[in-house]
Order: sequence, then C-alpha cells, then structure tokens
Amino acid sequence: MTGFDLIAPHLPVLTVVVPLIAGFLTPIIGWIDRRLPWYWVVLAMFVVLLIAGNNLVTVINSGTIQYKLGGWDPPFGIEYVIDLLNGFVCLIIAFIAFMVSIYSKESVKKEVPGKTTPFYSVFLLLITGLMGMTITGDIFNFYVFLEISSLTAYALIAMGDRGDGVVASFNYLIMGTVAASFILLGIGYLYAVTGTLNMADMQNILPGVYESKVVLAALAFFMVGFSIKVGLFPLHAWLPDAYTHAPSTASALIAGLMTKVGAYAMIRFMFGVFTPDFVIDMTQMTNILAWAAALAIIVGSVLAIAQSDIKRMLAYSSISQIGYILLGVGLANMIGMEGGLLHILNHALMKCALFLVAGAIFYKTGIRNLYQFKGLGKKMPVTTTVFLIAALSMIGVPGTVGFTSKWYLALGSVDAGQWIFVFVILLSSLLNIVYFWRIFDNIWFGHPHEIEHIKRDEAPLTMLVPMVILAVLCVFFGFFAYYPVHYVIEPLSEALLGLGGVP
Amino acid sequence: MMVTEINSITPLLAVLVSMIASVLILASGRYPNLREGWTFVAAFIKFGLVISMLPLILKGNVITYTVVEMLPNLPIAFKVDAFGILFAITSSFLWIFVTSYSIGYMRSLKEHAQTRYFFCFAIALSSAVGIAFSANLVTLFLFYELLTISTYPLVAHIETPEAISSGRKYLTYLMIAGVALLFSIVVVYHYTGTTEFSFAGIAGMDAIPQTTLIILFITFMIGCAKAAFMPLHAWLPAAMIAPTPVSALLHAVAVVKAGVFTAVRVILYVFGVDLMQDSGIWLYMAYFVSITIILASVYALMQDNLKKRLAYSTVSQLSYIVLGAVLITPHGITGGMLHIPYHAFMKITLFMCAGALIVTAKKENISDMNGIARQMPITMIAFTVGALGMIGMPPVGGYVTKWFLLLGAAELHEMVLIGVLLVSAVLNAAYFFPVIYVAFFKKPDHELKYKEAPLTMLVPLVVTAIISIIIGIWPDAPMMFLDIVEIAVANVTGGI
Repeated sequence: MTGFDLIAPHLPVLTVVVPLIAGFLTPIIGWIDRRLPWYWVVLAMFVVLLIAGNNLVTVINSGTIQYKLGGWDPPFGIEYVIDLLNGFVCLIIAFIAFMVSIYSKESVKKEVPGKTTPFYSVFLLLITGLMGMTITGDIFNFYVFLEISSLTAYALIAMGDRGDGVVASFNYLIMGTVAASFILLGIGYLYAVTGTLNMADMQNILPGVYESKVVLAALAFFMVGFSIKVGLFPLHAWLPDAYTHAPSTASALIAGLMTKVGAYAMIRFMFGVFTPDFVIDMTQMTNILAWAAALAIIVGSVLAIAQSDIKRMLAYSSISQIGYILLGVGLANMIGMEGGLLHILNHALMKCALFLVAGAIFYKTGIRNLYQFKGLGKKMPVTTTVFLIAALSMIGVPGTVGFTSKWYLALGSVDAGQWIFVFVILLSSLLNIVYFWRIFDNIWFGHPHEIEHIKRDEAPLTMLVPMVILAVLCVFFGFFAYYPVHYVIEPLSEALLGLGGVP
Repeated sequence: MMVTEINSITPLLAVLVSMIASVLILASGRYPNLREGWTFVAAFIKFGLVISMLPLILKGNVITYTVVEMLPNLPIAFKVDAFGILFAITSSFLWIFVTSYSIGYMRSLKEHAQTRYFFCFAIALSSAVGIAFSANLVTLFLFYELLTISTYPLVAHIETPEAISSGRKYLTYLMIAGVALLFSIVVVYHYTGTTEFSFAGIAGMDAIPQTTLIILFITFMIGCAKAAFMPLHAWLPAAMIAPTPVSALLHAVAVVKAGVFTAVRVILYVFGVDLMQDSGIWLYMAYFVSITIILASVYALMQDNLKKRLAYSTVSQLSYIVLGAVLITPHGITGGMLHIPYHAFMKITLFMCAGALIVTAKKENISDMNGIARQMPITMIAFTVGALGMIGMPPVGGYVTKWFLLLGAAELHEMVLIGVLLVSAVLNAAYFFPVIYVAFFKKPDHELKYKEAPLTMLVPLVVTAIISIIIGIWPDAPMMFLDIVEIAVANVTGGI
C-alpha cells in the first residue's frame, strides 16, 4: 500500500484540514523567519488546489463522495458530501486562493507592514472557513465554518486602510452578525421540526412538514441571512466599504470568493435542504429572488458609474454581478441555472483579476482614483492589458467568459418568458461599458506630450503572473466554455432542478 | 442547386493572419519600417489566402471550418460562400492599397501613436474578414464586437477632447447596436435552436408569431447600425475625425460594409427570401431605406467639409445595398450585393483623394478648394472618376449596380422605388458636381504650383480609380465580382 492509497480516502476532508493546520502553524513558521510564511501559504494553497482538483475529477468520474467525519454514521455524525456543486465551487476557491496567495507577496509586505505573519495565518483560516462551508453536509457544521470565515474576514478587512479599514470591518461585523443570527435561527427552526442536522436527511424529512409555518420562517430567515452575506441589494450596505478599505490581497480574496460561497450556500439551502418544488412553486422564492437580483444588477451598475475610487467601483460592480448569479438561479429553468452557475466561475476569474490589477496599480503608484490613471498604459502595459481583458469580460464581449454567462442568462430569461430580465441583462452590459470605458480612456488616451516622459515601470513578477493567468483564463473559458458546461454545469443544473437523478 | 461542403482551415488562417501581424506590429513598434513591413506582408498573405478559395467557391462549393465548440450547440465556425468571399475580397484587396496610403499619410503628418494605429487596423481587418466568413450569428457577433472595439482607438486617434467625444458617440451607437444584435440572436436561438446561416433562411423562423417576427426584424436592423441607417447614422459623420485612411478603408468599406453585410445576411440567410416575402417585411424595409437614401443625400448637400460630405454620401449609398437585398428578386439582390465592392472601390478613391488634399494642400473644406486641380490634377481626376461612378455615369462602375437595382424595382412594379433611385442619382450629381466645378473651374485665390501627394498615397488612389473604371467597362469579366454575385444570388433564390 503506497502513501497515496492511505491518504486517498481522506482527500475530501483534507481540503479543510490542510489550510486549518497550515494556518495554525504559520505563526511558528513566521517566528523562524519572517519571509517564510509566504512560501508556506503558497505551498499550502497549492496542495489544496491539487486536492480540490482531484475531488472534482473523482466526482465527475464516479459520482458523489461521502465522507464520514471520525467514522460516525450520518445522520448522527458529521458528514462531508462532495457532489458536482461543491466540488466545482471548491475548485474555484482553491484556484483563486492559490492565485491570490502568489500575488500577495509584495502587496502584503507593503500594505500591512510588520503584520505579514498574522495576515497569512488569518488568510489560511479564511480559506478553511470557506472550504468548510462549501464541503460540509451538516447544517450546523456549516454554521461553524460560516462564523470562521466571517471572523477571519473581519480581521483581514481591519488590517486595511488605517482607520477606515477598522470602521468598514466593524460595519461588516454588525451586518455579518445579523446575517449569521438569521441563519442560526433558521437552522434552529429546521432542527426543531426535523430533529436532524444532516442536509440530505433533512431534505427527506422536510417535504412532510412543508405546511408548517416554522419551515416557511426558516426559509425566509435563510434567504435574508444569505442575502446579507452575498450583498444582495438592498442589503449590500456593508460591502463597498469592506471591499474598498481592505488590503488589496484581502479585497481580491473576499470579492472573488466570499460572495460566491454565499451564493453557493443559498443554492445549496434552496435545492439541497429544501426541494425544488418548494422553493420554485410552493413559495415562489426563486421568483422573488430573480426580481431582487434584477434590481441588484441595475442598481449596482448605476452606483458603480458614480464612483471614482476604483476598488469602490469594482465593489459596486460586484453587487451587480452577484445579481447575475442569483438571477440565473432565480429563473429556475435549465438554461438560466446553467448561466447562474457558470457565472460563479466566470465572475470569480474576472473580478479577482480586476481587484489584483487595482492592487498592482496601487502598489506601484499609490493611486486609486481612476481619473488619475492617465498614462498608465505606457507605465504598466501588462497590468493594464490584464485590466482591459478582464473589463471586456465584465462587459460581456464575445470571446470572453462574460459573454457565455450573458448568453445563458439572456436565453434563460427568454425561455422563462421574462422579457424584462433580458432587458435588464442587456442594459447592464451597456452600463458596464460606461463605467469601464472611462477608465480605458484614462489609461490609454491622454494628451500625448503629458505622458511622453513616462517610463515603463511594471509591477513585480509575483503580481504579474497570477494576473496574466487569470486574464488568459478569462479568454480561454470564453472560447472553451464547452468543457465546464458539459462536464459540470449541465448535469449539475439538471440535478439541482430535479430534472435528472438525485445529486 | 447542389452545394458541396469542403472542409479546410484556410478561412481561419485568412482571419488569423492579420491577428498575428498585429502582435508583430506591436513587438516591432520601435522600428517603423519593419512594423509597416509586417502590415504589408499580412495584407498580401491575407488577400492571397482569400483569393485562393475563390476557384472552389465559383464552382458552387462552400468551404467550412469549425474552430471550436464554444458552448454546447454553439460553435465558432466559418463557412465561406460566394457572398462572404465577395466582402472578404473587397476588404482584403483594398487593405493592400490603404496600407501604402496609410504609410504616406501618417508619416507626412507625423502622426503620433502609429504603432497603435497599425495594430488596431490589423485587428479591424481580421474582424471584417471574420464577419465575412462567419457560419453563424454568434461567430458573426464575435467579430462584430471586435470590430467595434478595435476601431475605437482609430476614431479617437488624435486624442483631443473632440476626438474622444466623437469616439464616445461612435461607441455608444455601435455598442447599443451590439446589444440589440445579441438580443436578436438570443431570440432566434430560442425559437429555432440554431444560429447557423442557411441559403433558404434558418428553418423554423416561420414558426415565430408575426408580431414577434417584426419586432425581431427591427431589433436586428438596430443591431446593424454599422450600416448607418437613418436615424442611426450619426456615428458615421462623427467618425470622420479619424485619420483619413481609417475613413477610407474602415468607414467606407470594412466597418460600414460589415453593417450592410450583416443586414443582408440577416435578411437573406436568417429570414430568407420566402419569409421576407410572406411576411411583407421587404416592402416596409424598402421604403424605410429609401428615406435614408434620399435624406442622407440632402444632408450631404449641406456639408462643406469634404470628408463629412463623403460620409453622408456613404450613408445614402449603403442603403442602396440593403434596398437591393429587400427587393428579393434576383436582379435586385444582384444590384445590392454587387454594390458592396463597387461602392467600396469608388468611395475609397474619393476618400483617398480627400486625404491627399489634407496632406498636400492642407484643405478640408470644399469652399477653400478653388482651383485646387491646378495643384493636384491627378488627384482631382481620380476624384472625378469616383464621383461620376457615384452618380451612376458610365463607364465608371456605379451605373452597373444602379441598373440592376432599377431592374429589380421595375420587375416588382414599384414606381416609388424607381423614383427614389432616380432622385438619388440627381442628388448625387448635385453634391458632387460642385466639388468638381470648384476644383477645376474656379480661379484659385492665389497662384498654385503643381504639387501632388507622395507616391505612396498617389499610386493607391490612381489604381482604385482605374479599377473603378474597369469594373464599369467589363463587369462580367471571368472571376470578377459579377461572377461571384451570380452564384450568391443563385444560392439564395434557388428555391424560387
């Protein structure tokens, strides 16, 4: 028996355990040498990425993985379940975290001087929390990880801009706690009704008690709680400050992942704890969600236009983009669902790239005001090209990932007979053009004699490489969306909507 | 008619060659001669690749190539048919001349950011040929958007506030068009489950309810705003702020023709001749474009800036092409399609003359051009050739297409449309003859010495002028445009 065979059965849980242990070891590593934690984090993230990739491949090839924590049988023990949905999301988390960890080297050194070791320690714990939320099949265990990820996120944000970061973090803490309380209440209600905490078990028991007002209240609590966590308009107020004032690395991580995991949780609870017929037909919850999402898409884009701080603009754009994901889910038909799920991947790639670019520009120039970007095209050609590609993706230009989501969402809206959503999606891409194009104009079109003396001064390689990889993937998955769609998204949507077999 | 499909990678190569060149251009930005060398090499290879497909097409085949299955059932694919190759030949052939012309123009004026200029130009050409060879609406949309984006830096080239605001206007119109086009494509896919062009129109289109069908047609035509139908034309005169070679190749040929090309593709290959006829849309559209034909000519009359006058003339002439397509008789369609290369040769001559005037005589306004022909006789003779063609006077090419259009209109007994074409010819004369009169017969304000534009500019405009005459004298030469058009027309009207 080789070493791998020994480990192989435990791979599912290792996605959580590796960052957890690595996180606790970081202070020791940092105590040995202050330069080491970066290598440590990159290594840990790389291992997690391999494991997550392996998990997803296993799921695609041989179906859902169930892992009993400590050997206790569900529904009494805690069970980790990896199906297509969380296998997919886990891989995204692992990949984005890996990219951000490489990027973080110089940025963290500059933005949180003297606190790199705690930063990386918390960084790893945040990943632990996100991975745990995603991978667990136990509803209370989910809550525990939710709190881990929230607390670590508060800490990361508080390390940002002096003063503002703390205020933003406190704001988020209040809102996040309210959200967590709602979710905890919902969990308590469901536990009271069903007597179980295992998601799959709960899904079997719940249909018998759908008439109960308690179940309805639990659903409402979950939806409100998760809406706060993902920053769905009008519960978004915490998000712009948090994204803006966090350190660049944390912004990229939180913007790229936190809301995605929130969206994942919403999908999981709607379709994996409750059943499709309950949320679609009986309570019309998907319908409500779709309208809220449509509103978020428009309002987020309009507010983004009003911003002059690039990170704040990207934050508002996130509010709009999370609407895309939830609109797709809310449409509750095959095509729409595919668009929503695909957008989890797409948006993670694009938004992470954009935040990394914003961080690189801030690192080199200290500028965040997008009206001061004149001449940047000459100073930082690679960074700005990455920005161009990612921004065109956001706009939804064909040949980039943005187009594939837009295509599915628009088509799904037409299929659902909801023409108004088609207009919302199309209008939003026009609004995206408005707020991104003024940046293009600033970056590349200045008065030539003003920018003539500007010398090339690129960001360091550790920053460039992850950004370029993300930009390349934005284009790659624009042309080769067939692979994620065929292997993951399509069977997944079928399963979620209960059209095919059980997930 | 039997159509054989031949699988070949040539269409992809033809599209990619200028894409690759654009990278090389960017890389060799510090060495202007090498940089322009790449453009030349790419232009020749591109034209060579395009023309190498012509013999197969003329035998009645189509050449197909699927690049990648972007999403399930949504491939990025090329299909070269007679209509596609007509547009591709026109733009890739003219690119060779405009490259030479660009070098003369940009260097004479010592323009800044020439690397960006040639880079974007190469990508724009890739997009234009990509549009020509697209096998389905999604592929077409891909290149359509790429064309918009790659031409924006060309329009805003001089980077003055005025140029930026013109660029914004350009972008606003064309991006809204892009959105409308995407909407239409989504609707087509929703009803038919495919977006692939077909000679008889996409199967299943006739199942769309009449009201939806009309709305769909309207959104499609909004999507074709690159064709500058009134009232969606305002971007084209605004785009005249670009350097003249851009106006010449892109805003008289590649971009605007991409618009009409898309419109014709939609009319004949998505809706199809039968559906156009049954739904009665053709007649409304014919009247609609007639308004543009007349009104744009009137606008042209009012312009003193020569490039703006030419721009409005383009607006008017583009609608000829669409008019031909919606006449849906073989003669009408022939006239419309044939006008794509014919108008291209004549209008590019005119624009290159206008650019030569800017570079050599520093004159943009017609009112300043008294007696300019004494200084630049060759340029002004070429201009006269182009102008006569636009008016429709033999032996210059323009009369050929006008003849076919008139035939088409006459076959349908549409007296109004015949009237429109005749009035338009008169208006064309009314806005071109004054230019010729001013240049040749008015006394110059002060003594003018003979001084022509540099040869890199002069040769291209003379050659296109000569070709404009050749295609008028001998339109049915073998392997020439009329041959290609006849096959395209046979394809789409085969069922009638």
